[in-house]
Order: sequence, then C-alpha cells, then structure tokens
Amino acid sequence: MEDLEALLARQPFFRGMDPRWIAFLAGCARNVRFNAGEYLFHEGDEAIRFLLIRHGRVALETHVPGHGPVTIQTIGADDVVGWSWLFPPYRWIFDARAVELVRAVEFEAACIRQKCDQDPAFGYVMLMRLVPVIVSRLQATRLQLLDVYGVVAGRHAHTRA
Amino acid sequence: MHTLGRDAMVPVPAVVRRVRRQTRDTCTVDLDSPRGQGFSFRPGQFNMVYVFGIGEVPISISGNPQRPVPISHTVRAVGAITTAIRGLRRGDVVGLRGPFGSSWPVEAAEGMDVLIVAGGVGLAPLRPAMLHVLANRERYGRVALLYGARTPHDLLFRRDLERWRGRFDLHVAVTVDAPVLGWNGGVGVVTALIQSAPVDFAECVAWVCGPEVMMRFAVAELLRLRVAAERITLSMERNMKCAVGLCGHCQYGPYLLCREGPVFRYPDVQRWLTIKEV
Ligand SMILES: Cc1cc2nc3c(=O)[nH]c(=O)nc-3n(C[C@H](O)[C@H](O)[C@H](O)COP(=O)(O)OP(=O)(O)OC[C@H]3O[C@@H](n4cnc5c(N)ncnc54)[C@H](O)[C@@H]3O)c2cc1C
Ligand code: FES
Repeated sequence: MEDLEALLARQPFFRGMDPRWIAFLAGCARNVRFNAGEYLFHEGDEAIRFLLIRHGRVALETHVPGHGPVTIQTIGADDVVGWSWLFPPYRWIFDARAVELVRAVEFEAACIRQKCDQDPAFGYVMLMRLVPVIVSRLQATRLQLLDVYGVVAGRHAHTRA
Repeated sequence: MHTLGRDAMVPVPAVVRRVRRQTRDTCTVDLDSPRGQGFSFRPGQFNMVYVFGIGEVPISISGNPQRPVPISHTVRAVGAITTAIRGLRRGDVVGLRGPFGSSWPVEAAEGMDVLIVAGGVGLAPLRPAMLHVLANRERYGRVALLYGARTPHDLLFRRDLERWRGRFDLHVAVTVDAPVLGWNGGVGVVTALIQSAPVDFAECVAWVCGPEVMMRFAVAELLRLRVAAERITLSMERNMKCAVGLCGHCQYGPYLLCREGPVFRYPDVQRWLTIKEV
C-alpha cells in the first residue's frame, strides 16, 4: 500500500490531509484503468465506488431519446468523478465514459462511508474536500446555462461573446 | 508605432484584401494598409472600422504583430455594422482609424509562465499576444491557452488551434458549453480548465478576455488558485464613438476605455467588474 499512499498524498484532492487518513484511504483504494470508449459506470447502477482521475478525460453523459448520448461535462486529471455514492439511494445519475485512456484511483464507497459514520472527524475532513467539488460543478453548470457566448439581446450587452 | 492618417478622428480608406469565414456568424477581414503606408500595433489594441453609410465600430486587431499587414480583424455579426462588415468583399473600401488603446503586457511577462484564458470572440484580441509569445518562445516559461466557445461550430482560428495543439512547448485545452454529435473534446465552462493548467500559479501571468460573466468567474478561479491579482490582466469592452478620449462614451468607472483600456490589470477594474452596467 506504500506506493498508493504516496500517490494519494501527491494528489491535490488529498493535499495537506493527515497521513493517518491517507493511509486509511489507501486501504480502500486501488489503481484502475479504462480504455477509450469504456464506461466507468452507468446511470441507474449502484454507486459502489468513486474515482479520482490521474490521467485522461471522462465524459459524463446522459441518453436523450432520439438523440443518443449527450455529453454534459468532461472531467480531467486530478478531478473526482461521482458523489452519488455519498447519499442514498446510492445510484449513479449519469453514465461516465472514458474519452481517452484513463488512469484513476478507485475507492470502495462502502469502506469510506462506514468510516465516515464511525469517525465524524474523518467524515468532516472528507466532506470538506468533496463539497467544494460539488459546489464548483454546480457553479460551472449554472455558468453553462447562462449561455454567455450567445448573442445577448438588449442594447447594453457589453460582452465580447 | 505606425498610426493611420494624421488626424486620429479622420478615417483613412483601406481596401479589403480578403474575407475569411471563421464560423457561421464570424469572419476575419484582412485589410491592405491604407495607401501602402506602414502599420504596426501592440497585441490587444483595436482599430475603429467604418463601414461607409452605416457606421463605425471598435474591433480588436487579430493578426500577427510581427507581420501586421494585412491588418486583420475578426468580427462577430451581432448588429447593423458588424453584419455589414461580414458582408464585405475583396476590393471593398472601409474607413480605418487606429491603432488605439492599451495592450497585453507581453514584455513584462518575460521569464514567467503565461496562462491565456479566452472565451468566444475574446480569442481575437488574445491571438496577437499568443503569436508574440510563440515568436519569442524562449523568453517565457510554460505557456497554456484555455479556450471556451458555445459549441464546436463556434470555435475560432481552428487552424491555429490545431497547429498549437501539435506543439510540445505549449498546453492547449479547448472546451465547449454544448457539444454536437462526434465532438470528442472538452465539455463544460472554460473556467473549469484553469485548475489543471500546467503552470505555476504562484508565478504566472494570466491574460483573460471573453464575455464579462466569464471573466468574473475566471478571475475568481485564478485568485482561488493564488494567482496574484496584479498579474491578472483583462480586456474590457464598452461602446465607443471617438476612441481618443474626447466624447466620454466609453466611460467605465473613472476610466475611458478607449484611452486607459481596453486592457487593464485586474486590481484597476476590480471595483467595477461586479457592478452591473457601469
Ligand atoms: C475595444 C473593443 C474591441 C472589440 N473587439 C471586437 C472584436 O475583435 N470582434 C468583434 O466581433 N467585436 C469586437 N468588439 C465589439 C464590437 O465593437 C461590437 O460588437 C459592435 O460595436 C456592435 O455593433 P453593431 O452595430 O454591429 O451592433 P449594434 O447594433 O450596436 O448591436 C446589436 C445587438 O447586439 C448586441 N451586442 C453589441 N455588441 C455585442 C457583442 N460584442 N456581443 C454580443 N452582443 C452584442 C447589442 O446589445 C444589440 O442588442 C469590440 C469592442 C470594443 C469596445
Ligand atoms: S470613445 Fe470617446 S472617450 Fe472613449
């Protein structure tokens, strides 16, 4: 587990975390890889793991009837994929597809959830790291919805779209 | 610097050499230098382009500062004048004044990492800065270009992007808000790309241009990553009339954008950036 521990400690997501917690997390983790086109998980499946991408890009997709898969967002190196494992009903709400070769660290969700329940200090540390990820995705989605590059109606758009 | 004509208020006639379509609503117009006279500009500066009988608009110069002629402008058709510019043909004549305004601090950035963040047509005024950095590549540290557009169809300067992506001494990341079928690139807002740009945030300069909302979010993200506020530079837009600091049309807080801008250090415009319709 030594190698994985060192690797986790280097990830921005875990930077500054107490080595005890990193050692524990390494115990729930393993290195995984996905080839381009391979799915990390599917919508509706049970969210039994989450991933920290080390290399490559993952597309979050949803299937729109008549259109096929539509990419909502792509996520790259050092980012976390998925938080559906944190809250009931623990089901993925999107498909996640590797756009290119993806190397990631996969964490067993039950292992981490259990620890969060047993040890609120650990749970707090994990949430303090995960909530900003969720917030930044929410902010990004809102910005995406604003359609800032569209031609703005009204005299004073003052934007260089 | 070579400016056009003697009187900054009088447009000089310039002949259209070529109009290149960029996207469905954007084109690049190449103009011959008026009467064959010299022309030079600093990256980030703009010209006033006058379509006879219709009107005059400020447009950034999008060409190569090392080879400033023909004089290139990349224009998105949003209203009467820009639509008329898009309709220009080879041999047509427009009126030209310029170059005006402040520029990206390309010399001050020497020795540092450079992070360029562009949204939509905001890539146009950043292209000369990028070309300057590439022409003097050894004078800069790591260089990253992050570019966001609405859809893959709205990406400007595709040939440049492809060429730049092929370089080993450059990081180029492109993202779109809404993909189309077959798009295999990034999806999401350009600000989400900032944190994984391979530059030293503590030691880099960041040049940002795009819609104001996008610039606000980009600045917030840069500050979160500990980029020093005074190393963040933005290009702002306001409607202009005279472009020489006389009419007050382009007022932005205490500044006249045509004279002190359009390129500003973030701390200088920080107060006004979050106020709606300054
Ligand atoms: C310093 C500076 C540099 C500029 N550089 C460029 C450039 O390189 N390329 C370029 O295409 N434009 C650039 N612009 C913006 C350009 O000047 C305006 O788009 C133009 O003045 C619009 O004139 P119009 O008569 O075509 O449209 P108007 O009739 O004035 O406007 C039509 C409609 O479009 C909206 N609108 C106006 N401008 C924009 C805009 N930029 N984006 C979205 N909606 C808008 C208006 O609110 C209105 O609803 C720059 C502006 C400044 C101040
Ligand atoms: S446009 Fe007249 S003062 Fe700036």
